Amino acid sequence: MESRNTQLAVGLFVIIGVLALLFLGLQAANTSVVTNGDTYKLYAKFDNIGGLKARSPVKVGGVVVGRVSNISLSGDYYEPLVEMTISAEYNEFSDTTSVSILTSGLLGEQYIGLNPGFIDDTVEMLKDGDQIYDTKSALVLEDLIGQFLFSQGND
Amino acid sequence: MLDRIAALGRSVLDSIAGAGAAFFMLMRALLGKPQLRKSWPLLMQQMYSVGVLSLVIIVVSGLFIGMVLGLQGYTILVDFGAEQSLGPMVALSLLRELGPVVTALLFAGRAGSSLTAEIGLMKATEQLSSLEMMGVDPLRRVISPRFWAGFYSMPILAIVFSAVGIYGGYLVGVRWLGVDDGAFWSVMQSNVEWGQDILNGIIKSLVFAFVVTWIALHKGYSCTPTSVGISRATTSTVVTASLAVLGLDFVLTALMFG
Repeated sequence: MESRNTQLAVGLFVIIGVLALLFLGLQAANTSVVTNGDTYKLYAKFDNIGGLKARSPVKVGGVVVGRVSNISLSGDYYEPLVEMTISAEYNEFSDTTSVSILTSGLLGEQYIGLNPGFIDDTVEMLKDGDQIYDTKSALVLEDLIGQFLFSQGND
Repeated sequence: MLDRIAALGRSVLDSIAGAGAAFFMLMRALLGKPQLRKSWPLLMQQMYSVGVLSLVIIVVSGLFIGMVLGLQGYTILVDFGAEQSLGPMVALSLLRELGPVVTALLFAGRAGSSLTAEIGLMKATEQLSSLEMMGVDPLRRVISPRFWAGFYSMPILAIVFSAVGIYGGYLVGVRWLGVDDGAFWSVMQSNVEWGQDILNGIIKSLVFAFVVTWIALHKGYSCTPTSVGISRATTSTVVTASLAVLGLDFVLTALMFG
């Protein structure tokens, strides 16, 4: 019976470990990883991406629909090109959709906000690999202060 | 002068020879035909003494470390009005660093030292030689189940440590200091990733488990078979294993999160 009790204790030990892992996985980590299922890619060029990083969220009205998967420089003028991986669940964006780089809170992380455009007979839906042309760059605090001081000086 | 240089050379040669002996000990213990039917009860026995009996100290220290993290984090974060970030702070520091590292340190002190002393005493009382006389390989019979028991136990202990620690942070932060319940968990969930944080923490603790158990077994197996030798080997296990864990932690952190 000694050995049976030992086995029982070890079995309980392993079960406790699995329960703790489940607790960590379900309660502490984000289970609804948007970019785990089927995805498609969209591209957007900005003048300035500010503090945007790979893995930053892409949101529509505050709801996460995807993540920034890559940021690179492209073209003759070295403009930042942002690659976004969007969940295939949300594949009905029209090509009048605009993107802007926003900040959560005053000092928070930067993320991409998608504003779905209007839909009528003449617009087409964005497909995998398409680029969004209507972009608004990140607000850089130093530029804002500079503009403010400049406009004050003109008065 | 020449004597000093010779002493330096001898200590370098000794340490290289020690590392080689440790490597061969592990290889001979682990390689070869596995005999599941024979080694299963041995493994269970060792899992019990190495893993299950370490559970209490792991749970208690995890709870207290989580509670301290909650308390300290709150007093700092509340100055910036960012006390809702308490959840991710507690969870990330536990999952990435404190869980694997503190578990490994406690494991080295609680289980590693007892492994060294047990094997050292077996050697001093010539039990290992007697096993060899009877045609039983002591490496397969004594070392191998202890190694696997440590290797399997420590990641489980580290996971339990992190989970209990997060609960401790929740107790202090939410129940006592009044951080918003929903924000605590939801901000944590939006910041903690399976692959990046939880899985990397488990990989860390697997590496630590390998190193700590290996050091403990080798120190016991190669100790001088006297009472002084066993006590030195036990001390050296805790010191070497702790230093190895802290050093490796830096390297692993630089590789994973750098």
